[in-house]
Amino acid sequence: MATFDMNDDNVVVVVGSGAGGGTLGAELAIKGVKTVILEAGGRHETEDFQNDEWGSFGQISWLDKRTTSGSWRVAKDFAGLPAWIVKAVGGSTTHWAGASLRFQEHEWKAKTTYGDVAGASLLDWPIDMAEMDPWYAKAEDRMGVTRTNGIPGLPGNNKYKVLEAGARKLGYKEVHTGRMAINSEPRDDRAACLQIGFCFQGCKSGAKWSTLVAEIPKGETTGNLEVRPNAQVLKIEHDDSGKVTGVLYADKDGKQHLQKARVVCVAGNSIESPRLLLNSASSKYPDGLANSSGMVGKNYMRHMTGSVYAVYDKPVNMYRGTTMAGIIQDESRHDPSRGFVGGYEMETLSLGLPFMAAFLDPGGWGKDFSWWMDNYENMAGMWLVGEDMPQEKNAITLHATEKDQHGLPVPNVHFDDHDNDIKMREHAFGQGEAVYKAAGAVKTFRTPPYPSTHNLGTNRMNAEAKDGVVNKHGQTHDIGNLFVSDGSQFTTGAAENPTLTIVALALRQADFIAGEMSKGNL
Amino acid sequence: MNSQTNLSRRAALKAAGAGLIVAGVGAGGLVFGHNNAWAAKAENLDADTFATLVQMSRDIYSHDRLEDKYYAAAVSGLDKAAKDDAALKALLSDGVAGLNKAAGGAYSGLSDADQRMALLKAMEGDGFFQKVRGNLVTGLYNNKEVWPLFGYEGASADKGGYIDRGFNDINWL
Ligand SMILES: Cc1cc2nc3c(=O)[nH]c(=O)nc-3n(C[C@H](O)[C@H](O)[C@H](O)COP(=O)(O)OP(=O)(O)OC[C@H]3O[C@@H](n4cnc5c(N)ncnc54)[C@H](O)[C@@H]3O)c2cc1C
Ligand code: SF4
Repeated sequence: MATFDMNDDNVVVVVGSGAGGGTLGAELAIKGVKTVILEAGGRHETEDFQNDEWGSFGQISWLDKRTTSGSWRVAKDFAGLPAWIVKAVGGSTTHWAGASLRFQEHEWKAKTTYGDVAGASLLDWPIDMAEMDPWYAKAEDRMGVTRTNGIPGLPGNNKYKVLEAGARKLGYKEVHTGRMAINSEPRDDRAACLQIGFCFQGCKSGAKWSTLVAEIPKGETTGNLEVRPNAQVLKIEHDDSGKVTGVLYADKDGKQHLQKARVVCVAGNSIESPRLLLNSASSKYPDGLANSSGMVGKNYMRHMTGSVYAVYDKPVNMYRGTTMAGIIQDESRHDPSRGFVGGYEMETLSLGLPFMAAFLDPGGWGKDFSWWMDNYENMAGMWLVGEDMPQEKNAITLHATEKDQHGLPVPNVHFDDHDNDIKMREHAFGQGEAVYKAAGAVKTFRTPPYPSTHNLGTNRMNAEAKDGVVNKHGQTHDIGNLFVSDGSQFTTGAAENPTLTIVALALRQADFIAGEMSKGNL
Repeated sequence: MNSQTNLSRRAALKAAGAGLIVAGVGAGGLVFGHNNAWAAKAENLDADTFATLVQMSRDIYSHDRLEDKYYAAAVSGLDKAAKDDAALKALLSDGVAGLNKAAGGAYSGLSDADQRMALLKAMEGDGFFQKVRGNLVTGLYNNKEVWPLFGYEGASADKGGYIDRGFNDINWL
């Protein structure tokens, strides 16, 4: 592993080591580019992970202060925790479940396909399926996604079998154990899944892909990558010409350092990335960096989500084995006859007893709630995830008075469900309940959204600078050597879980940055 | 509140039928359950407050499968937190006083379970109630001793996961 000097202004600095930043940093290093990843969180390796929901939550979650506003239910249930994001090397890929789905062709063209939707700031992406197909293929190979590259699917566990039984009875056709970045057999020097069941707590067998176990080590062995943990970037610096020159960060003791840079790539996830650009405001850029469009922080998306839990009269033991163990894809199509645009996926999900108590019915108590907990053994669960509408008013802004431990304004996360989101959720709840009832459920429950796990869109990609922050390479329209490299680039959200697309975009961006550097353009 | 710990067996059975679990409080902050099924020590709160919180906790998330001692353990967590937190201590003491007032006597002696639930329902928006309920989410359900009682097996990596231990053993579909 390399170490670079603070004054080395030839390095590419990547902020954040998650799906976007970890992949980009490793790929740049593989291409011979000297790269420093600054990661706010600590480095916890596979052996440090805990099979303990709250223990793990305390170990690796992003718990810096945040506030919420808007009519979304999360603002009421989890006012100080709008999003479930990791602060550790590997970012949220240490937590993630591994579902790795490509966008559908029409989802790259949301505006054209869905037309004018009142209140929604839909746009077409400046890239399409033909452009992304090879990058998806590369990402799937890197991540070892099941059902691609000849990799078999994972075996179906108990909760998958319940889902599948119900889905077949309802006539659903696209039902399987998912396209998962989890080894169903040993691959890439990592073991096969042992059905441990704590995928959300950092996989202790190494079967699940994360930038921590898969990408970063590959980058480090090249000698071109330094990953600096406990380095929280506070501000991006620029010179008189407007080009960025480095970043100011705080180490674990709060001491500040300036790391110089040739190129800066921001990948702190969709709340911290816009926050960092806004907090970097200067006399030259009074509204924050790369914000001439005024779109930094706007169009925050989080996917339409919800869960359905069902109780059967016999044990399911859903916590045994892979958390997201199967999927129904039939509802992911765009079919306005259902009363909304876009589609959604239905994916199995399980929570352990401690998280079930917190998330099944936040705030719930009394006999009904206790009945559900009493039936924990007999429960099966699914998560519903679909395309939500981008809206300009849904935004990350800097709080007027609240400050974090470094004295910087904390982010406020504002979200109102769009009417389309609400209609889609209703439909999804109904279908989810129907699936479980078809498999013989005694009772079903509609669980409201958890804190956001899919945070997207707050530095959106668009061909034109007037209503987008970055161009089709994730390069900011305003500053040539400043890039955005995470899910905040998303123009629209699509129905699919976003990480495969974030990784594909990062691989593509690495190719672009390395190319521009060798051409002398960067 | 009755400070005798040995109520007659008949009285104890009657209380249990109504879901009442506190038998009494003794000297030194001790709190007792019926038939000495459980006992706890209030370190920072006064014993009556502690005892009422235990009854209230049982009423909020009542599970026949759980012995009363698990509710007492959850309240002990609150009691410990109150040590250096005067505001919390006041919230709990005042909250219990308010609950007893609303009950027209000791809440923990109110044998009509429906009446107790109605009293809780009326205060569910209050900070006091939310504190006691929120404490249970982790204080009760994150107690590793209760996990097996709900059929949750907890950590599995140390046992090799579930690949050979029933991840796909469902046989009734
Ligand atoms: C429980 C859970 C399950 C999930 N399951 C799936 C799934 O099955 N499929 C899927 O596609 N997606 C899933 N996701 C979502 C997925 O994890 C995210 O979409 C993805 O990791 C986002 O990538 P990112 O690069 O934008 O951010 P992250 O992966 O969150 O990485 C951001 C990193 O930047 C760091 N950082 C932030 N600010 C700074 C700063 N100022 N200075 C330095 N470092 C900073 C953070 O500490 C973090 O490590 C899941 C998420 C969660 C929480
Ligand atoms: S179920 Fe598989 S992927 Fe999930 S934590 Fe266990 S071994 Fe890892």
